[in-house]
Amino acid sequence: MAAEQEIVAGVDAGSTAIKVTLFDGTAMANYLEPAGWNPRETATVLLSKAAGLRGVKAGGLARVYGTGYGRVGLGFLAKAVTEITCHARGAAYMAPEARTVIDIGGQDVKAIRIDGAGRVRDFVMNDKCAAGTGRFLQVMAGALGMDLGTMAALPADGDACPINAMCTVFAESEVIGLLNRGTPRETIVAGLYKSIAGRVAAMAARITPCPPVVLTGGVALHQALHKALENELGLKVTIPGEAVFAGSIGAALLAWEDLRRKGE
Amino acid sequence: MTLSRPQAMAHFDMAIPHAATSLKQLKENGTKVVGYYCMFAPQEVALAAGAQPVALCATKEEPIADGEKTLPRNFCPLIKSSYGFAVTDKCPFFLHSDLIVGETTCDGKKKMFELMAKFKPVHVMNLPQGYAAEEDKAYWLAAVEKLKKYLETSLDVEITDAKLAAAIKERNAERRLIQELADLTKHDPVPLSGQDMLKVLWAHNFVFDRQEFAAQVRELVGELKEQAARGEGALPKGAKRIVVTGVPTGIGAEKVLKIIEDCGAAVVYIENCSGMKQFVTLVDEDKPALAAIADKYLGTHCSCMSPNPRRMELVAEVARDWRADGVVDVVWQGCHTYNVEGRVLKDYLRDNGNVPYLQIETDYSQGDVEQIKTRVQAFLEMMG
Repeated sequence: MAAEQEIVAGVDAGSTAIKVTLFDGTAMANYLEPAGWNPRETATVLLSKAAGLRGVKAGGLARVYGTGYGRVGLGFLAKAVTEITCHARGAAYMAPEARTVIDIGGQDVKAIRIDGAGRVRDFVMNDKCAAGTGRFLQVMAGALGMDLGTMAALPADGDACPINAMCTVFAESEVIGLLNRGTPRETIVAGLYKSIAGRVAAMAARITPCPPVVLTGGVALHQALHKALENELGLKVTIPGEAVFAGSIGAALLAWEDLRRKGE
Repeated sequence: MTLSRPQAMAHFDMAIPHAATSLKQLKENGTKVVGYYCMFAPQEVALAAGAQPVALCATKEEPIADGEKTLPRNFCPLIKSSYGFAVTDKCPFFLHSDLIVGETTCDGKKKMFELMAKFKPVHVMNLPQGYAAEEDKAYWLAAVEKLKKYLETSLDVEITDAKLAAAIKERNAERRLIQELADLTKHDPVPLSGQDMLKVLWAHNFVFDRQEFAAQVRELVGELKEQAARGEGALPKGAKRIVVTGVPTGIGAEKVLKIIEDCGAAVVYIENCSGMKQFVTLVDEDKPALAAIADKYLGTHCSCMSPNPRRMELVAEVARDWRADGVVDVVWQGCHTYNVEGRVLKDYLRDNGNVPYLQIETDYSQGDVEQIKTRVQAFLEMMG
């Protein structure tokens, strides 16, 4: 009976986008909305919409776990789990062989060492600074007069001009200076990717990344960054198909495990 | 299970609010006051001079803006706070101090003392770079002898061996008592929270009647033993057990300790300078007094010492004896020695007991509380 079927959900309330994953033990479905000005409202509506597609009300979900920057604001969660634990679990589900997860999100960067079960062994996160995150790219795309989608699709794997400023504000002035000197946008974007990749690789070195490495988070959509990161790490980096959903998938899997454990 | 807080904590809740008044009274009765910032300042020498040693304010965010009017913004918050407090006379202990004993624990501090000397008598003790070599020990003994002469001249007193020996006895008795207190947090459930332990250790600097302080600690120890026997704790049984190490995290700068305990874990041991660091070794009562004092103080396992193997050994030992689930290493922004040493400690703990390690780099502001909370929660989730 369909009514007997229990469905759990994972909600990843990120700084830029809200991700929802529904899971019933076999089938998994992912949904995404930009966080907007009221992320709590966006998360509530998206969760109801997703549940509705499965013919249940949000209140009828067996368990909802939350993660991400905005997890503290979501009143409907059975449990809030950090994005580090969830990304590790989600990445291991998508790429079971993975031993290192690098997640580049809207405003933070993390590198996580995991074991075969997707459990965290060690991790490191960037500090308050937004350099090297999605927000950094968003500001740079603005300075370059393009949107993030256009930037991500740009063939920026050729020549890279050096971008020296680490700080988002100074890097923006540096980019404007380069544009004024007539530097091609592809070269600037390649430079930005190289600078981010170098920063991420230096941070990840603190946990001694070991292969296979998977890249998750919204910034994984920038293909040229993928290449730059491989160069800087000196390791092959794979991007799972649903890389953006690693956090919500992880939260849904943890909710499912706890539900099964309770059932035993 | 009911969580309990010992009634004897009431003494320590009031210790700091009362401290400024009691110091003023001492001062009015003619006692000289020697202010210090750091554990390297040998308190027995000040005591033997008949003076009251007092720890100076350095752990609050409020005066940092005043500190930044003179010092670079990217300095460590402790130095900016110290200087801001001092230059504005907002620290009553600084105000009442006749003189300040500083020490060259880092570049920032030694240059800060140069500026401070423009408005207060400051005596800076030169530290060697290590604690193991004979020439370093001789260098430091000379610095302690110089301090003795300085205090004798400035306070117009004679520091005799008998007075030094009496001061050593008094402080050693306190150290033993504090060790006994710290031993009680080996229990699960832990009978005293890390935040309360900090309050007791902090009060050590601010209760000037030593007999009174010792009696208060004895009362607390007695109560905690009964609590432990009944199986009562300040945090639930089975709470994850954390050892905190790194930079000093005194009252006002206990942000990370609070976050750890707000996340449901117990801080079972505070290894840093505002915690147990000064209490773990005694002054040898059988050796010549000044040399014994010099020995004990130079042995302080601060990251300013290079190399600093004692800290690695001690943290691993504490993690084992207090059955820690993890070590949290707090580093103030701008404190290069603790920051770099974090890597050494992380590797050492991995190879000696495989103890999970988390470094938190922060300052006195509250702006990064949520980010730190995420790291601490993830660290606790990692332990399963």
